[in-house]
Amino acid sequence: MRGGARAFGTGNACGRAASRRAGAGPGVRRAGAAQSRSRPSAMGLLSDPCARRHRPGHEPRGSALASDAPGAQTPGRRPSDTPPPPPVQRWRPRAAVSEPPKSAVSSVASPCSVLSYVAGIAWFLALAFPPLTQRTYMSENAMGSTMVEEQFAGGERARGFARDFAAHHRKAGALPVAWLERTMRSVGLEVYTQSFSRKLPFPDETRERYMVSGTNVYGILRAPRAASTESLVLTVPCGPDSTNSQAVGLLLALAAHFRGQIYWAKDIIFLVTEQDLLGTEAWLEAYHDTNVTGMQSSPLQGRAGAIQAAVALELSSDVVTSLDVAVEGLNGQLPNLDLLNLFQTFCQKGGLLCTLQGKLQPQDWTSVDGPLQGLQTLLLMALQQASGRPHGAHGLFLRYRVEALTIRGINSFRQYKYDLVAVGKALEGMFRKLNHLLERLHQSFFLYLLPALSRFVSIGLYMPAAGFLLLVLGLKALELWMQLHEAGAGPQEAGGASGPSPPLPPAQSVGLASLVAPLLISQATGLALYILPVLGQHVATQHFPVAEAEAVVLTLLAIYAAGLALPHSTHRVVSAQAPDRGWMALKLVALIYLALQLACIALTNFSLGFLLAATMVPAAALAHPCGPRPLYAALLVLTSPAATLLGCLFLWRELQEAPLSLAEGWQLFLAALAQGVLDHYTYGALLFPLLALGLYPCWLLFWNVLFWK
Amino acid sequence: MAVALPLVLLVLLLSGRVGGGHAEPPRDSLREELVITPLPSGDVAATFQFRTRWDSELQREEGLSMLLKADRLFHTSYHSQAVHIRPVCGNARCTSISWELRQTLSVVFDAFVTGQGKKDWSLFRMFSRTLTEPCPLASESRVYVDITGYNQDNETLEVNPRPTTTYQDVILGARKTYAVYDLLDTAVINNSRNLNVQLKWKSPPENEAPPVPFLYAQRYVSGYGLQSGELNTLLYNTHPYRAFPVLLLDTVPWYLRLYVHTLTITSKGKDNKPSYVHYQPAQDRLQPHLLEMLIQLPANSATKVSIQFERALLKWTEYTPDPNHGFYVSPSVISALVPSTVAAKPVDWEESPLFKSLYPVSDSSSYFVRLYTEPLLVSLPTPDFSMPYNAICLTCTVVAVCYGSFYNLLTRTFHIEEPSTGGLAKRLANLIRRARGVPPL
Repeated sequence: MRGGARAFGTGNACGRAASRRAGAGPGVRRAGAAQSRSRPSAMGLLSDPCARRHRPGHEPRGSALASDAPGAQTPGRRPSDTPPPPPVQRWRPRAAVSEPPKSAVSSVASPCSVLSYVAGIAWFLALAFPPLTQRTYMSENAMGSTMVEEQFAGGERARGFARDFAAHHRKAGALPVAWLERTMRSVGLEVYTQSFSRKLPFPDETRERYMVSGTNVYGILRAPRAASTESLVLTVPCGPDSTNSQAVGLLLALAAHFRGQIYWAKDIIFLVTEQDLLGTEAWLEAYHDTNVTGMQSSPLQGRAGAIQAAVALELSSDVVTSLDVAVEGLNGQLPNLDLLNLFQTFCQKGGLLCTLQGKLQPQDWTSVDGPLQGLQTLLLMALQQASGRPHGAHGLFLRYRVEALTIRGINSFRQYKYDLVAVGKALEGMFRKLNHLLERLHQSFFLYLLPALSRFVSIGLYMPAAGFLLLVLGLKALELWMQLHEAGAGPQEAGGASGPSPPLPPAQSVGLASLVAPLLISQATGLALYILPVLGQHVATQHFPVAEAEAVVLTLLAIYAAGLALPHSTHRVVSAQAPDRGWMALKLVALIYLALQLACIALTNFSLGFLLAATMVPAAALAHPCGPRPLYAALLVLTSPAATLLGCLFLWRELQEAPLSLAEGWQLFLAALAQGVLDHYTYGALLFPLLALGLYPCWLLFWNVLFWK
Repeated sequence: MAVALPLVLLVLLLSGRVGGGHAEPPRDSLREELVITPLPSGDVAATFQFRTRWDSELQREEGLSMLLKADRLFHTSYHSQAVHIRPVCGNARCTSISWELRQTLSVVFDAFVTGQGKKDWSLFRMFSRTLTEPCPLASESRVYVDITGYNQDNETLEVNPRPTTTYQDVILGARKTYAVYDLLDTAVINNSRNLNVQLKWKSPPENEAPPVPFLYAQRYVSGYGLQSGELNTLLYNTHPYRAFPVLLLDTVPWYLRLYVHTLTITSKGKDNKPSYVHYQPAQDRLQPHLLEMLIQLPANSATKVSIQFERALLKWTEYTPDPNHGFYVSPSVISALVPSTVAAKPVDWEESPLFKSLYPVSDSSSYFVRLYTEPLLVSLPTPDFSMPYNAICLTCTVVAVCYGSFYNLLTRTFHIEEPSTGGLAKRLANLIRRARGVPPL
């Protein structure tokens, strides 16, 4: 830490020397001087001992590197009217910010930041408009040109299977494993079961489950004359009630139809999972013989090589008016765009009505209406992707590099309805084309946004939006960096220089040491936010009249809010430091920290990165201990990660045309918090640790800056 | 597993060694056989064998070869053909040599598809033909049907027509009963002008567990991501009371870097120490890993052999044209002497049926089995070949254009050409001057 302090000192001295060389007082510094100041100071930061070693040789040239404070100035040159160094505890914002005139960077930075922010938001909103959206196209040759003739005609059989399944499901009160095994065997599959159990970290109140156990049933159709090296999966997740029984019926009817065909080159696994996604997760972990989430499950007896693609099916009735397709997976992962193209191809071929995010496809892209409708879909997809939750059973396959999507049958009040044959034909076509695949799906995009089924935005076109927002943080950091040196130089420049006799000039004492305390404290708060709610739920339930799930959510909120009280506790720790430079250094570090985090998030999950950047960046850039503090505080609170989540919930329901009242929104918010924590523990979703360990501490740093004493 | 089983079984069938002949066979004989056996997966395997002398007539249109109809045979789950030619004694004192030709065709019928959802089968359903007459050239023409567990008052199985003779033998350590239909026996065909062997299950066979072989194996890759993974081989010994050793041979390509210290073998939850391990490490681009182990399989157990690996980065020219398909890892080879439940009798090769030669017998108490597990498909970290391809094309074009012009510039010798000044008059003048011996203008 002494090294850090010295480094800052060297930088300041450099600034002094440079301004002397420029031969001007503080009032008439030119832009060039600012640049020449900034460059050597950075070098001084990096190579301080080196600079000291070279000092005598370069002294006559007045090199910025060489002019360390004691060496460059002889004591005799100290003017007699030097004011005493500013008192350490006194906060002098004017001296820190406004007294040194603005350099080129400072004067340009603010308008540039505003422009950049506006450009980022505008770019994102423009993504739904034609120059930035492109038509989707099938890239994979193996699936492109060969059309298949669908022959599935087992609609009646599917309904029969569904009826039986529902009856057995009601009778057993759980997945009718024996019936499924028998039926799958009777249609000629090789049938296996897998039992699993999982104790959730705390009771899931929305689904009412805590100690979860279940049995997955899967049947493998072995391709003739193939060595079981590749396979496709058709999966139906079943919940506690028999809502998805039509999908099970269709799965069995499709299995019976597929079994009689000889063209299969890949094995096909027909998987029925219990307990929704938990069953899917248990099966996937057992199939890949890994244990990611602490699931206890029996090992699988039958396997069928590397899974190439998977389709999850959800049908609630035996007639559908439209098919909705979901692509967003765990942690915002997306399947290859070709799989979606394939689905769309067969929707068009079969004349099925397809929706994305529950929205109909706009037809007219030349006028404004189409893109505006596309923008709604795009925003919905961004919110869905940002949540990092699997939007269907397919979302869990993506971790294992299995391209997958979920097809949902929607039965609304629309006049024209399709029966199970139409859905079955679409699925048959998809599987036959996937059967043609020679390689994994890799030709098309893995990173995209969808304003409509037939339109997409590629990564090259949407990344600038996040880039513009992050540029704001960069500009602010640069401006702060400049100000930090001016602030350090300011008081000393005004009075010439401090001699070697004071133990340490106040400016030199602002090093990294002063940042350690707020950084550590905010990180510790984040850690507490991550660990304590789940760990301390039993303690909480003993002492307060709440259930476990409530305890977790309330502890989360309590710790979150307690973090806001931190500046009062940290200012004592850092009170010995120079306050004016302290908050600047802290904000600089916080800005860089935030920029790095957001950049990393935007690379892996663009929607999350963009949403967080769009909300956090302005408040982070404005956080400032002087000025209208309550206003800044309100802005900062409104853009904190939790408030963003709340806002996103309202926006989401608004876009779905089901607006929330405030009370409903709050209830949904509490449920979302619990779900977020559960998703992390049960599926390995990364949003909760990311917010608790990364963004919340970072946000606390800005809060700390705002209330700097 | 179920597909592997018939495969393994048939590989075994085909790799069986041909027994040496002791007694002198009848000269110029053609023996033909059709053997129909159920498989553990529920499918039905049919094996044709024709044995004759090389010099005898090979054209056959009747007999068992009537059943060989391409569109049915290629509609099956599996088929395999083999031809064996060997020298045999030409006469009793072995003073001359003649050649024996043996043709084998093994077909696995998908019993579910051919039987319309039932396990029943008949010759007509499988081949869409029936047998009408024996081959006139054949000295022996028989159909064997595996009816193990069938007796006259059995309620589960019905064989039609009723077999007149049966043949019992010990095959792969178990006693098997075959119904024999001799086509040369006039009673077999003349009763109904054709022979359509049918087998029906009276009680639904679903509630009974399918017969499982004593030794079978599975193999899979575990883990996810493109950095590391694990190769797992599961070895099942279903023998109720006998433990036996197996020799497990793995050859793994060099681009999967095996960590041999992670080799773990567990049986029934306990560590199983192999009695012999031979490991030959891979050399990049030269030789694969070779790992050979002798493992004792406890009775009625599943043994898991796992070893971790890391995926290597290949050079970009080393990828196959379809790199995203993944790379194949060859099957493990498992060789074992599996203890029999029934002692086998010494075999008289010439007198026993032809198919007997497909099942080798090592001694009376055990039989030899070699299993191949399924191959694995492992995806390696693969660069996006579309981008390098474009980049390479572009750079090659640029380099070619630049290089060509630069090379042209650098290697061309420049010399100043004499301007061909002057017209006809000057040339004429020079001609005259040359003629005069005076230097030209």
